[in-house]
Amino acid sequence: MSPIVKRKGERFTLPGKYLLFILTIICCTLIAVTFASDIFNGPLNFAVSYIVVPYERGVSAIGMRLSQRKDELISIRELLTENEELKAEIERLQDENTRLMQDKYELNNLRTLFELDSEYESYKKTGARVIYQDAGNWFSSFIIDKGSDDGIMLDMNVIAGNGLVGRITMVGPNWSRVTGIISDNSNVSVTIVSTQDNAIVTGDLSAISNGFIPFSQLIDSDNNVSVGDKIVTSDISDKYLPGILVGFVSEINNDPNNLTKSGYLLPVVDFEHIEEVLVITDMKQQITKEDMNKAKTADSQ
Amino acid sequence: MKRIIFYIFLLITSFVLQGTLFKTLSFGGISPNLLLVCVVSFGLMRGEKTGLLLGFFSGLLMDIFLGPFIGFYALLLMYVGFVTGFFHKVFFAEDLKLPLLLIIVSDISYGFLCYVLLFLLRGKTDILYYFMHVIIPECVYTTVVTILIYPLCLFINHKLETDERKRAIKFV
Repeated sequence: MSPIVKRKGERFTLPGKYLLFILTIICCTLIAVTFASDIFNGPLNFAVSYIVVPYERGVSAIGMRLSQRKDELISIRELLTENEELKAEIERLQDENTRLMQDKYELNNLRTLFELDSEYESYKKTGARVIYQDAGNWFSSFIIDKGSDDGIMLDMNVIAGNGLVGRITMVGPNWSRVTGIISDNSNVSVTIVSTQDNAIVTGDLSAISNGFIPFSQLIDSDNNVSVGDKIVTSDISDKYLPGILVGFVSEINNDPNNLTKSGYLLPVVDFEHIEEVLVITDMKQQITKEDMNKAKTADSQ
Repeated sequence: MKRIIFYIFLLITSFVLQGTLFKTLSFGGISPNLLLVCVVSFGLMRGEKTGLLLGFFSGLLMDIFLGPFIGFYALLLMYVGFVTGFFHKVFFAEDLKLPLLLIIVSDISYGFLCYVLLFLLRGKTDILYYFMHVIIPECVYTTVVTILIYPLCLFINHKLETDERKRAIKFV
């Protein structure tokens, strides 16, 4: 007799192996479905956003306080010795400061003249707090406390300080997930500012533990790119807005094919201590079907 | 009923703590796998069915927030829970060696499967690096955390069991 047939006067129970079999099929279907589309994201995101997210928010505040306390304890001893050295340095720096203030005044004037930052400043941004970091140790993504209710949409760019952090890869009502550019499954198209050559920055788990991000497919036949060059997001990327600072070239090597180069860049963002980020609410302009049709009709006329 | 509420609370709490508190207390960017500890210890204490259900739901929680696609971690943790459930037959409350051994073995195999399915398939072949820098540190940290958490799980399980027994007697 089959074990799942209900006998008289006995409570219906499903043996473990049948349950395992059913759930395995469910999981495989879910993987296949989510691989191809994202129809489950809506309801599931909605369901967790009212239980888990407020909890995360509270606990992350406590965790932050605890980690600050930990850092405090570690640093007290260092601080005592440092204090002595610093006092001597203050003297020297005060002198230097007055000189630098003059320089800064000059620099500000020059900046307004050239309007270097104009494009960067013109993006609309909204601040968000990091409430949860990837629970596994394989990828580098985190959850922020703003979602579709605050106008966040998929693929918006995220910056912290003045450098690129990543982009939004999932949105719930009051939370969204940011996948960092250092994450092993992320790619960004970038431009070297000095030569306007394009390259691809690929997140890598083993490189970021040393503080670097690898880049590849740089075509630089004239050998103009050098260590220390500024790297920004490129114009041709379809997800990232152009001109956002990513980092600086720290190592550059010839590929075995002698056509392209690859190397490592030093990111400007401190990915270990991200607490607040800015989400750029302007999106890269996407060509819709409507635009295509308009262009076609314009062509035919 | 009480038990189900407790399981829900347990899963959400360990999921939240894993990404917040233990991320700030992480060593070299590695944090312990609390959900795995819960799945393995309750799988061991209650049998394969509890193990696989807990594994499924904790994995689902991870999938919704962080997974590359929904169902991946659910599948992985479900099998971990199911397999540890078989050890319920040789489970003794006083024995700390078996759960620790199970945690070590399951965390290493969990990490190894993660590596194979998420990294090796994309052509990242430096297996030694990932072993030394992710899988082993995570395993060590998780084992240390287990020593602290497992007695707590044991205590709560004992409380729930005596409570259920009392109720059963009352019904009769």
